[in-house]
Amino acid sequence: MSAFPGTQGTGPMSGFLMRDKGGMVLLAILAVAAVAVPLSNLLLPPGSPFHVPGYMVSLVGKYLCFALLALSVDLIWGFCGILSLGHGAFFALGGYAMGMHLMRQIGDRSVYGNAGLPDFMVFLNWKELPWYWHGFDSFTFAMLMVIAVPGALAFVFGWLTFRSRVTGVYLSIISQAMTYALMLAFFRNDMGFGGNNGLTDFKELLGYDLQAPATRAGLFVATCVALAAGYVLCRFITSSKLGRILIGIRDAESRVRFLGYRPEYYKLFLFTVSACLAGVAGALYVPQVGIINPGEFAPAASIEIVIWVAIGGRGSLYGAVLGAILVNYGKSYFTGAMPDAWLFVLGGLFVAVTLFLPRGIVGTLPAFPFAAWRRRERLKLAPGQAAGGGTDG
Amino acid sequence: MRRFVTLFVVALCLVLSAVTAFAQAPAAQGPDFAALVKHLGGKSFAARLNAVRALGETGDARAVRVLEAMLGRNLYATTDGRVVIGEKKGDAYALRDAATGADAGSAPSGELSMVRTNNRLRNEINSALGTLVLMSDDPDRRRKAAVEVFKSRPKDAIPALERAVARETDAGVKQTMALALAATRLEHGADRAERLDAVRMLEGSADDETTALLRGLVSRRADGGFSEADEVVRAAAQKALTVIESRREMWDFAGKLFQGVSLGSVLLLAAIGLAITFGVMGVINMAHGEMVMLGAYTTFVIQEIFRAYAPDAFDASIVVAIPAAFCVAGAFGIAIERGIIRFLYGRPLETLLATWGLSLILQQLVRTVFGPTNREVGNPSWMTGAIELPGGVLLTHNRLWIILFSLAVLGMLALVLKRTQFGLQMRAVTQNRRMAGAMGIPTGRVDAMTFGLGSGIAGVGGVALSQIDNVSPNLGQTYIVNSFMVVVFGGVGNLLGTLVGATTLGVVNKFLESWSGAVMAKILVLVAVILFIQKRPTGLFALKGRAVEQ
Repeated sequence: MSAFPGTQGTGPMSGFLMRDKGGMVLLAILAVAAVAVPLSNLLLPPGSPFHVPGYMVSLVGKYLCFALLALSVDLIWGFCGILSLGHGAFFALGGYAMGMHLMRQIGDRSVYGNAGLPDFMVFLNWKELPWYWHGFDSFTFAMLMVIAVPGALAFVFGWLTFRSRVTGVYLSIISQAMTYALMLAFFRNDMGFGGNNGLTDFKELLGYDLQAPATRAGLFVATCVALAAGYVLCRFITSSKLGRILIGIRDAESRVRFLGYRPEYYKLFLFTVSACLAGVAGALYVPQVGIINPGEFAPAASIEIVIWVAIGGRGSLYGAVLGAILVNYGKSYFTGAMPDAWLFVLGGLFVAVTLFLPRGIVGTLPAFPFAAWRRRERLKLAPGQAAGGGTDG
Repeated sequence: MRRFVTLFVVALCLVLSAVTAFAQAPAAQGPDFAALVKHLGGKSFAARLNAVRALGETGDARAVRVLEAMLGRNLYATTDGRVVIGEKKGDAYALRDAATGADAGSAPSGELSMVRTNNRLRNEINSALGTLVLMSDDPDRRRKAAVEVFKSRPKDAIPALERAVARETDAGVKQTMALALAATRLEHGADRAERLDAVRMLEGSADDETTALLRGLVSRRADGGFSEADEVVRAAAQKALTVIESRREMWDFAGKLFQGVSLGSVLLLAAIGLAITFGVMGVINMAHGEMVMLGAYTTFVIQEIFRAYAPDAFDASIVVAIPAAFCVAGAFGIAIERGIIRFLYGRPLETLLATWGLSLILQQLVRTVFGPTNREVGNPSWMTGAIELPGGVLLTHNRLWIILFSLAVLGMLALVLKRTQFGLQMRAVTQNRRMAGAMGIPTGRVDAMTFGLGSGIAGVGGVALSQIDNVSPNLGQTYIVNSFMVVVFGGVGNLLGTLVGATTLGVVNKFLESWSGAVMAKILVLVAVILFIQKRPTGLFALKGRAVEQ
């Protein structure tokens, strides 16, 4: 929590956060939530009007994971113009890394009671653990993989793609093909990731029972911290000098190249960071929902992330967080209240936002309390330098 | 002369098999059908057995009726010594003469005694019927009987087969019979030359049965000796196996190629509309798959109408469905272009998102109207059936039709683009919008028509896909990634590229499939295309010149 404004010293760090009023509000809300939600869930009696029920803790925790995922997409799309339609893949890979660790933690409490092998491998008549499952008994190693595997995939994918100057729509399409290929692969039983059913039936994490309210509260706090840290990281990157170059690449890649920069390296860096963030989001998501399966790799899931960002406000980091939470709340509401209507609503959102709200909620709402501040901000900066203002490509 | 030989062979068989029981039936006269039937009513099982055997060897179609009646316990012997087929009518039985089939009055049950059978006799009847079917009037039944004989290879089928081969007129059936004869001779023949001939005959076939039979000849028994004692025959069988193996490989290759081309044609149909909307206009239409789906559902609706009002003309429903699907999907396409896409030109990523939203809406719409489950779309009769190549490779008619159809659609589209006023205007607008506008081309209308054309063709593709795939609201989703792969791989804005891209991906996929399994093949193809795009970001057939910058 060292990233909070109050604990900051002077220097460049304070500068990039102090100017970001919306971000500060977000961080403050996260701080309050991280303290209040677990306390009310654990300490207040269930009858109390301020009691937050256990399912709500996990549900909001899930929304916050999606918010972190949206943040990672906004980082590359909003600030560098890379529209990845395969970011669900990085999220799912992080989730699988976490799921593998949780599977190893089940030990001999599984249905078949085999301490050496997860149930689905016993079921498939496998005799020993595949090599890539080794090491996942260790929490540290698993957490390393949560970041390293999506990061490595993003690095290789980006290295190939950005160097050959595949941009725009082509990049979107092949990133979609990437997640589609991964989905097909993870559906295979032979891959050793549980096939269709994925990984589930988790018992405990670091010795704490995953069903216990205290563990869920702990995971919730961890998610708040991760989202806050992710936000600060993204904000730091985008408001640094590097961020200026990224925006330059977004708006006119050729000009940036002619100025002597190598856009591919900047994009590669940002893409990899973004994938790592998505991986972390996936890792936090899995213990809270209790399952990870190949459906997370579906191209449709990845496109949905993009609409969270578009609705919240592309190019505004807290907008992405807002969009993810709003859309997912809407999804929970509609799939419960009128399941048939949800796809109409979601589809309508896609169309309406692109046609009527191209800058998203944050970029459009004039009544937003920061409108006045934003005007002042714009006066202070030289024209065209408003970094977070949802400028469109 | 031939008749004489046939008679002679039959007589010989009779002498061999039935000489004791048929002492009173002079062999030189040949078996009298009526006399044989009469023997069926005989008291001893041995006599009946021999009569059945002899009836089987007559090859007389009338015998089928008699033997089937015997199996069905409808054959009776009357007290006055006639053999009749009886049908119970109230208390009495309506009788027909077994030998002639003529009406033979009726009789109460007391005057009839059923011709009894036992297991041995029933087996004999079945095998006799098997050989009799070889003489059936229906070539399909004859062929099936020959295949049966090939599988069981009973020794006593040889004479019946010889007769059947001699009188067979259908070349295909004759070939099957000859193979069955060769296989039977190979198994039971005593003469080396005859068996070598049989092996040579079998060499010409390539099916699993033949291969198994020949493998059996060259394999070793458990005790280490060869199951075929004759060295010369064994060597011949080995040689025949090699020939067959190489021929099978060739057919197998041809079969895979066909499957690959077939998959390619499916991809082509799914992608060809995209080649217009994405390739020519540069609009990323994520709802393209839903246009395909709408086409498939139009087919369903048209078929339902035909089923309800004109069931006799059902075969024509597909022909009606093609223009209908074009119009429905095309109308949706024009509406989408006018309503949404025209506001988003020049913003490809936003177009992508909006059309994705549309695809969700269309899917849910179809789900609401038609229900979430698969709908049944029938094949017209001229699209069912298959051509079987040697080696068990099946070319199904619907796949063949779809290959032709996809090429026809591609050809029509090329004609529209290159030879019509509309095509000219379309190309002009996509190449230089402002200049085209200055020349008086109504660019907005051309945009709408172009998008409608692309969508309509997607709908037509849906008609074809409804014949081989499940018609469900998710139909489009399954093709969308692959269609984009085809267009991107082939090169945007190039119909030839789309054709080559689709065929290549289809063929490569099918050949990989046999090596790595179906899902892995798909994954490998996707990875290969992703890597290929790195190498050639604009596809196989890249556009050159000013259009690239669009």
